[in-house]
Amino acid sequence: MSIKPATLFDKVWDSHVVRKIEDGPDVFFIDRHFIHEVTSPVAFLGMEGRGLKVMFPEKTFATADHNTPTINQHLPVADPLSANQLKALETNSGKYGISHWGLGNPKNGIVHVVGPENGITLPGMTIVCGDSHTSTHGAFGAIAFGIGTSEVEMVLSSQCIMQPKPKKMRINVNGKLGKGITPKDVVLFIISQLTAAGATGYFVEFAGEVFENMTMEGRMTVCNMSIEMGARGGMIAPDETTFNYIKGREKAPQGEAWEKSLAYWKSLKTDAGATFDIEYNYNAADIEPMITYGTNPGMGIGITKNIPTSEVAGGSKSSYEKSLHYMGFNEQEPMLGKKVDYVFIGSCTNGRIEDFRAFASIVKGRKKADHVTAWIVPGSHIVEQQIREEGILDILTEAGFQLRQPGCSACLAMNDDKVPAGKYAVSTSNRNFEGRQGPGSRTLLASPLVAAAAAVTGVVTDPRELIA
Amino acid sequence: MPIENVDTDQIIPARFLKATERKGFGDNLFRDWRYESDNTPKKDFVLNNPIYSGKILVGGKNFGSGSSREHAAWAIYDYGFRCVVSSFFADIFKNNSLNVGILPVTVSPAFLDKIFTAIEADPKAELVVDLSAQSITIAATGESESFDINSYKKHNLMNGYDDIDYLQAMKEEIKQFADKSIY
Ligand code: SF4
Repeated sequence: MSIKPATLFDKVWDSHVVRKIEDGPDVFFIDRHFIHEVTSPVAFLGMEGRGLKVMFPEKTFATADHNTPTINQHLPVADPLSANQLKALETNSGKYGISHWGLGNPKNGIVHVVGPENGITLPGMTIVCGDSHTSTHGAFGAIAFGIGTSEVEMVLSSQCIMQPKPKKMRINVNGKLGKGITPKDVVLFIISQLTAAGATGYFVEFAGEVFENMTMEGRMTVCNMSIEMGARGGMIAPDETTFNYIKGREKAPQGEAWEKSLAYWKSLKTDAGATFDIEYNYNAADIEPMITYGTNPGMGIGITKNIPTSEVAGGSKSSYEKSLHYMGFNEQEPMLGKKVDYVFIGSCTNGRIEDFRAFASIVKGRKKADHVTAWIVPGSHIVEQQIREEGILDILTEAGFQLRQPGCSACLAMNDDKVPAGKYAVSTSNRNFEGRQGPGSRTLLASPLVAAAAAVTGVVTDPRELIA
Repeated sequence: MPIENVDTDQIIPARFLKATERKGFGDNLFRDWRYESDNTPKKDFVLNNPIYSGKILVGGKNFGSGSSREHAAWAIYDYGFRCVVSSFFADIFKNNSLNVGILPVTVSPAFLDKIFTAIEADPKAELVVDLSAQSITIAATGESESFDINSYKKHNLMNGYDDIDYLQAMKEEIKQFADKSIY
């Protein structure tokens, strides 16, 4: 008897279904739960209101990131509302025995950076967090996705949520990426092809040479943004790159447990002959450094291209015009040469050490453009330390940049790092929605290389021209 | 609101997510579309036009895209809406809505156009959503369409149960499952 070929996604999903409800969702078991200060307080309140307790405190991890300042973290948080949320996270974690990496803790940082960094994220797991970019952890071959606060309450009180099983999509990118083309460009390219809603209802597997040859950090950047095409999440089959990354990290299995885990992890791949509901194929050679020109992440183009007409872009003409109007752009204008006021490098998309190495590779020996305000924000304290140890800080300082302390920062502008109305920011984060980086702010999403090129020239610049 | 891709940052901007309690979010629903920076209401925004009223919010395609913040659904609920109609919803938003007691109704693009046409013709046009029959009807013309909702969620919404109740009732089964987990 032959076993029916299964996808990576099926293998992980099906092994976590506690109960199937007829014409309803699956009762889905969660291995790891991350919480942060913004979406958890109400969940704890709700739980207490019903007289419930945390069922498995050791499966939940708390970190403060969304609201935290990126300077003077040793001082009390000035904004009383933010301080209140941070306090609530600390109190709730303490009360239920959840490990908590608050402000000032050497392990503190953005939830999707610290999870993998400390070996909490492992292949084959199911991982959720009240944050849509939980999809980041899919880079390890985990099923990881964002949930709402009611669901946070469900996981705390029962370690399960109710989920209908999504449909399956595979995106293959084959060939070799050209010079100066980063994982961020790959994912922005895919989203520009599929649109911001193109994968809604699906869980995506990224496959093909480009992802096989990518580092773990690059894979995280890609999976991070799978939500920006509407997907529930994205994942990549674990391989030697994955295992090498995990080995020796603090919470990773050791010794015998490691060998056992490894044997299991090696089975986590899509079998030959397994089918997907839909499949897309792209060629690495078609990908340029990307930049967005509009107000959703699907509105991206190769940096040397002109802004498309609404006919070419597709969708509703009035929504398209509203978007360009907000950005202060016109159809058919080039993006190259546009003035840039702010540059942000950081976030759970591009706030890891490789991103700062890339940024430094262009900045080295150059100077920050005078009119540009730059926020250089590491994803975690561990990344911050690497930046110092590797001499990247010296390069940045020499070029006139200042390093800030870790947190989400200008990615969602809940703290003081806000881009003023009407100003243009080249940002390595993941969303260019209206006002995302501050009311009236105008965001151009791009890779760390494009951000660096903009930071030193003060205008949108093709980074390939600055690569030695 | 015939706008496509209404994202959660528009529904409730991040700077209003600082509360530790679940109330008062309706005041900041669509904050930056509703108000000028000096807090005067923007005249041309639909919610500021008293001629439009009711418990059903009709939006363009890909409604609720973006972040997982349930605050978006709370804001819509708190403002007084109990139902959102669109031709396409973002996944997380749809789940969150159901969890807070808002019914997301997905209609065909053609039917959505008809609704917008009816509202344009008469801002007081009535829409009738019948959950038990799973139908949505434009009262003036009698045009109607049926919508999908799984029977589990429908049962919950109609009876005021939620997922947490369901999960609490099966804790023993969950515990046995957890005992076998390698993580
Ligand atoms: S960096 Fe941005 S996207 Fe990532 S967790 Fe923080 S707010 Fe969310």
